[in-house]
Amino acid sequence: MYGYQLRASFEESTGGTWPLNIGQVYTTLTRLERDGLVQALPESEAGQRPYEITPAGRADLAVWFATPIGRGDRPRDELAIKLALAITTPGVDVAVVVQTQRGATMRALQEFTRLKTTAASAADLPWRLVLDSMVFQAEAEMRWLDHCEASLVRFKPSPPTAAPPAVPLKETEDARPS
Amino acid sequence: MTIIELRQVHRTHGRGAAVVHALRGVSLAVEAGELVAVMGPSGSGKSTLLNLAGGLDRPTQGDVVVDGTVLGTLGRRALAGLRRRRIGYVFQDLNLLPSLTAAENVALPLELDGLGTRAARRLALAALVDVELPEHGARFPDEMSGGQQQRVAIARALVGERRLILADEPTGALDSQTGEAVLRLLRTKVDAGAAGILVTHESRHAAWADRVVFLRDGVVVDTSGPLVAPEDLLKAAS
Repeated sequence: MYGYQLRASFEESTGGTWPLNIGQVYTTLTRLERDGLVQALPESEAGQRPYEITPAGRADLAVWFATPIGRGDRPRDELAIKLALAITTPGVDVAVVVQTQRGATMRALQEFTRLKTTAASAADLPWRLVLDSMVFQAEAEMRWLDHCEASLVRFKPSPPTAAPPAVPLKETEDARPS
Repeated sequence: MTIIELRQVHRTHGRGAAVVHALRGVSLAVEAGELVAVMGPSGSGKSTLLNLAGGLDRPTQGDVVVDGTVLGTLGRRALAGLRRRRIGYVFQDLNLLPSLTAAENVALPLELDGLGTRAARRLALAALVDVELPEHGARFPDEMSGGQQQRVAIARALVGERRLILADEPTGALDSQTGEAVLRLLRTKVDAGAAGILVTHESRHAAWADRVVFLRDGVVVDTSGPLVAPEDLLKAAS
């Protein structure tokens, strides 16, 4: 396969959810070649350079499929950070932040669901599962937002104090006698 | 065309110090071809709203209008007739009468309404074809899966002339795949011209609706529609 085919194949499986830049594809191929995971084949007459996976590449791929993704490998959750900061920042109405986000997440959920109705054939399975992943993530976010709203009602946060703790929590913990 | 409308509906239970405001001034209109989901935590008024919409309960204040008829103006008998002819229900479970076959269950509201057995049966079988259960007319509920039973319930809800379906957690007892098939069917029936109100506490299910109404303590706190396509925005502006 050459670069454009790889990109087309990736986007077909994921329904174009994460569009790939062709430059990114070639940079990755170059890096994989450097690491001995793929090798370049002779250029075709049309000037396209196909690549094939090496045995080392196959082994690496098998490890990738067999290894679960760690929680730490995921990007940090900006929404959780935003809500935590909203509670401690004077003048921010947390309930409004929650409501605004819930509206947006619900609309996204409706949009994913609408897309699902168009992906009903067996050939659409990879793309449908990607959509389902986004549906379940959005649903989890909705549940968490509901939970936040209920918690806000139950525990009215006290107005934030001016001075943040001088000592980071971690050090305090480390200072405890073991 | 508006199929059902709630106008500033209030519902209180009890009186004096023990009064409970289940709904406080809720307005909602559902058009033909529209599915509206109602979400909210337990005790937010979801089921009260559905009972009022279906004429199973009367508002303390405000009006419920179905097909242009204000339910409050009807006597018990007329209300029961309108419910039979105009409104279909799908609940979480206990939808079907266990001693009747699928076709008999679907035909029941038509027969109660005075339609002859043969004509009712013909419409019932057609309704079962619509929900992709053409071979299940002679089966009893306990011979069918949960998902199939809900399909029969949807067929019964929309058999004959009925165009309003009120669903209360219709996927509650089903696994996620079967539940999704039931919602897909509900969506299809609404797209074909019915109006639907779907009560659920799961946003994944509510997402099948055109509009999602969030209830909290008997008040609509938020409404979410689908993203408006740019061309519709232009249409609205011109």
